[in-house]
Amino acid sequence: MPQFAIIAVSILFDGLAYAMFLFITSVGLSVTMGLMGFVNLAHGAFAMAGGYIVVTLTRTLGVGFVPSLVIAAVVVGAASVVFERGLYRRLYRSTDLEQVLLTIGLAFMAIATATYLYGPIPKSVPLPDWLQGDVNLGFRNFPSYRAFLIALGVVLIVVLWYAFERTNIGAKIRAAVDNRRMAESVGINVDRLFTLTFAVGSGLAALGGGLAIQLFGLSPSFAVLYLVLFLIVVAVGGLGSLKGTLLAALVLGVFDTAGKYLFSDAGGFFVYAVTVAVLLVKPAGFYGRE
Amino acid sequence: MSAALRVEGLNRAFGALPVTRDVNLTLERGARHALIGPNGAGKTTLVNLITGALKPNSGRVVLNGEDITNVSQAERARRGLACTFQINQLFRGLTVLENIGMCISERDGHANNMWRAVGSSRIVLDEALDHLDSLRLVDDALKLVRELPYGRQRLVEIAIALAQKPRVLLLDEPAAGVPSSESHLILDVVAALDPDIAVLIIEHDMDVVFRFAKEITVLVQGAVFTHGTPDEIMNNEQVKAVYLGQESHRGGRHG
Amino acid sequence: MAASEAITSATRSEARERAAEYLLKRHRFRLAETLPWLAAIAVYFIFPERMTFGSQVLVMAMFALSLDLILGYAGIVTLGHAAFFGVGAYTVGLAAARFGWSEPISGLFAAAIAAGIVGFITGWFLLRYRGLTLLMLTLATAILLQETGNLRSDISGGYDGLPGLMFKPLFGVFEYDLYGHTYYLYVLAVLVVVFFFVRTIVYSPFGQALTGIRENVRRMHAIGSPVHRRLVTVYTIAAAIAGIAGALFTQTNAYVTLTVFDFDNSAKVMVMLILGGTGRLYGAFVGAAVYMVLEDYFSKLSPTFWQFGIGLMLVLAVLFTPRGVLGVFENMGKYFSERKKS
Repeated sequence: MPQFAIIAVSILFDGLAYAMFLFITSVGLSVTMGLMGFVNLAHGAFAMAGGYIVVTLTRTLGVGFVPSLVIAAVVVGAASVVFERGLYRRLYRSTDLEQVLLTIGLAFMAIATATYLYGPIPKSVPLPDWLQGDVNLGFRNFPSYRAFLIALGVVLIVVLWYAFERTNIGAKIRAAVDNRRMAESVGINVDRLFTLTFAVGSGLAALGGGLAIQLFGLSPSFAVLYLVLFLIVVAVGGLGSLKGTLLAALVLGVFDTAGKYLFSDAGGFFVYAVTVAVLLVKPAGFYGRE
Repeated sequence: MSAALRVEGLNRAFGALPVTRDVNLTLERGARHALIGPNGAGKTTLVNLITGALKPNSGRVVLNGEDITNVSQAERARRGLACTFQINQLFRGLTVLENIGMCISERDGHANNMWRAVGSSRIVLDEALDHLDSLRLVDDALKLVRELPYGRQRLVEIAIALAQKPRVLLLDEPAAGVPSSESHLILDVVAALDPDIAVLIIEHDMDVVFRFAKEITVLVQGAVFTHGTPDEIMNNEQVKAVYLGQESHRGGRHG
Repeated sequence: MAASEAITSATRSEARERAAEYLLKRHRFRLAETLPWLAAIAVYFIFPERMTFGSQVLVMAMFALSLDLILGYAGIVTLGHAAFFGVGAYTVGLAAARFGWSEPISGLFAAAIAAGIVGFITGWFLLRYRGLTLLMLTLATAILLQETGNLRSDISGGYDGLPGLMFKPLFGVFEYDLYGHTYYLYVLAVLVVVFFFVRTIVYSPFGQALTGIRENVRRMHAIGSPVHRRLVTVYTIAAAIAGIAGALFTQTNAYVTLTVFDFDNSAKVMVMLILGGTGRLYGAFVGAAVYMVLEDYFSKLSPTFWQFGIGLMLVLAVLFTPRGVLGVFENMGKYFSERKKS
């Protein structure tokens, strides 16, 4: 295989895996922001919490990696309901600034708590055998973990797409994102819908956090470092859009990977340049509503 | 002599839904023109198209003989077009005096000044107080707008529009939301407007319309249904049918 | 009826006079305004060994003041204000390190101009947007500037920074001493000048227009205000001032690294301003002083505890004191004056 094709395939593969991680973690943020207009900068902290739960389960309690992912997602999803009902609810009518400040405050508190409990050094997790090493996909070998990530991502995309486009609840969510007042007037309980989407979104974020450990290592600063990325994916994709989040995750994931491969020092540049370029042309993102 | 305001063939659609259909309207200097029509007829949309808050899909808006179709809303205001909104758009956290003063500052370019204090221009201050005086709002001058009862806030809304010294004034349901005990305040002001100003008023209250208007345009589903003097409209069977049609529907759904 | 008419017109003109009085006097200096300055001078005498720290507090107060112009008065929410601080800091740093230009006052002017230009260009494009789009664009701009510096870390010194910068004595006369006494007074003097500049703008018709844009931008369009032009103007001015703050930062530390562009820096100055209270000018001083003092004390105790504390403070501030410390004082003031009346 010619040299550039090998590099291209590697970029696509790694970029795809990265994109799946971005999608899984950001999709919840996109839908909740599109639904309620609530700027939740603590979303990264939910992902981080999921990651640390997986760390504790696998390292201290000896639970398997994949079961730990599921448990972390469920626990964080359930806990998020408490946050939403107890705290966030009060700020739905507040200004953007107040929502930004409150959720950043929560994020700081979460980071400090994680540092206290786990220390600042990045953690890793023990992976089961079948996720270590490589898998042979015909013409070359690929790291099993990333293949798993891509496969999992595809499955989740299909499930979410089905739930969004083909179920009753999905239709209600889409209607409420489109026009909340009208949805309410035809009897959709938007409040309850929001709690549900918030819980699922936070659970997915926790899942993403757990999956990220093997890719980037997990330290408390994850909550803020990667938050920027999630916000960018959401802004570029368009609030409340599944399609948009996916497209943005793919574009940004592949561009970032390509940048790091080809211009290792300048790597980070591309994500932000693409962001500015897209937002200047389409300020509401790919599939956002003006 | 050219008309104060002319709207020609104005069209606007939201997606597949046409909300303004080939509308023509003319306001002469000193006009007292009412725009009526059932709910959802597109009256406010038409006003938004005239003020520039909305861009038309096709058609022209001409102000004092100048084509302003591609001119920004702010520039139209500077050329003498003022409006009041159906729901008050005021500076609620500022005092009444500041609300009016802000308007005068913008109008005469004072607001570009970064060096002198707001209070140092006696001219602006006196003019603001004069406006408040004419609307009997001087006692409220130092009160925050959000502390005023809704009826007085509505007066401030009109005061702001008048402080622009407009040549064309668009009033979108000026008495809407005002308790009936206070609505005479608004209506007296409307009745006493400078005869040189061309006024277009959207109203639902037919008493007000017939008392105030010299010309009436009836808008139905975004298009001009008919147009004429109050007498002609009052005796127009089709107009009554359009409104009565609305009435009989009212039992079934909220209007 | 003539008598009652006479009375009504008399009370009317009395009300007029009262209204005129209020507006005429509003911009005059109040006695309470001398307090922060007296405090700053008092610190010079009471804490002579904490002068370097004092300079940093004054620098952050200026940075927060520049943010107040756009956030508190014009209502623009951005996540990338550190970009201008960084441009100012690096203008002075690069001039000193690469061109041997170390005269401090001209450095300030250069920093203001450089930051102002960046502010003008970015503002012209970005201020057409609001909400999340603007937050992301301003954040991305700051990071892009940082990454650009990182690209050419041979020039910028990267994250290790430009060390060992030397600055000529002020006016060729005032030498810098080890404890930063001269620096403190230098920064304080610049802060005085900048502050009065900002105060004049805020009380001017232009400043009033900014408040109008913040309160109801729809109405501003309807009365003919050139909103975008106003916003770009104030954004440029605020950028220039943030640039001066950045320049002072480099001059007083004799050191600058790319971390000046960090999101952390933008967040920090926003927290300071919110703590002190937006739209009140002096909120920037109170917020910066309180934040820096608390940070100094607690982060020595335990950085984790400090971070938790800041987070908690933010949450409580949003829930209970949305108008900051000064807001609390104002509420207390209102409470007492109402009790006096009854």
